[in-house]
Amino acid sequence: MNTQAATATGHVVHRDPVGAKTGMWLFLFTEVLLFGGLFVVYAVYRQMHTADFHEAAYELNRYMGVANTFVLLTSSLTMVLAVGALQRGQAGRSLRWLGATFALAAVFLVVKYFEWSAKYSHHIFPGQEYLKELPHGQDLFYNLYFMMTGLHGIHVVIGMIVMAVVFAKIRSGAVRAGRHGMLEYTGLYWHLVDLVWVFLLPLFYLTA
Amino acid sequence: MHDAHATAHAEHEHIVPDGLQVLIWISLMLLTLITAGASILFPGRVGIGVAMVVTPLKAALILMFFMHLKYEKPVFRWMFLTAMAILAVVMGLTFFDYSHR
Repeated sequence: MNTQAATATGHVVHRDPVGAKTGMWLFLFTEVLLFGGLFVVYAVYRQMHTADFHEAAYELNRYMGVANTFVLLTSSLTMVLAVGALQRGQAGRSLRWLGATFALAAVFLVVKYFEWSAKYSHHIFPGQEYLKELPHGQDLFYNLYFMMTGLHGIHVVIGMIVMAVVFAKIRSGAVRAGRHGMLEYTGLYWHLVDLVWVFLLPLFYLTA
Repeated sequence: MHDAHATAHAEHEHIVPDGLQVLIWISLMLLTLITAGASILFPGRVGIGVAMVVTPLKAALILMFFMHLKYEKPVFRWMFLTAMAILAVVMGLTFFDYSHR
């Protein structure tokens, strides 16, 4: 529904928060289908190469996977607390929670860096000759692992960039209580990134 | 949730209490521990079974509370289910194809 707010100059601003939120969800569905397509590929190849997937998954460090799940789940909490604080008009508090979310996103990437470095030192990286010498199913598993966690990692980086922009806009007062849509939709995006990881954890680290 | 309730919230937006969100977060952390624990202690069928039950539950908690779907108009939940249905159809057709080759 449209809400109209008169500004100090008497100028009428038309806003449509429900429409904006609908648009954000539609975008999130395209993201769901993007990752969903990769999950379908994973499911089919796992069905065809069950033993190879099992063997290859042993190389992944499940403790790092679980630790990063804790990091992302916590970052989702700090994000909802940032939104709640801004809705109540507590901009300073909101900025601190948003900063915490940004920091946790960085921690996630640092853990990922160590994980990937360990794989790289074992010549497990897309394009490496070593992978082609492995059974075909293992090659597929590692390539899917890098594609899916890589695409997810890109989403984390984009999330951090958007958070930085929103942070500046809250500081300048452009995003504030009653006009907090931008922070709210950034939150929705961030939770989706968290949601994708919730599925990546069992598929690659826990139950392959 | 009733329509009238949701409509009222669209105008006077609903703020989920911080305490509730912290509870959701604790639940998500515990569910993660359960999935990880089950996969380490009972690798194989039991571990996979636990993950297949717990993971959608975690997803539901994130969607309903963190992503606010519980407090939105029903149309948002229907939209989400539609996207899920499309994914299910794609997955079903793909598997049908591969199992009949």
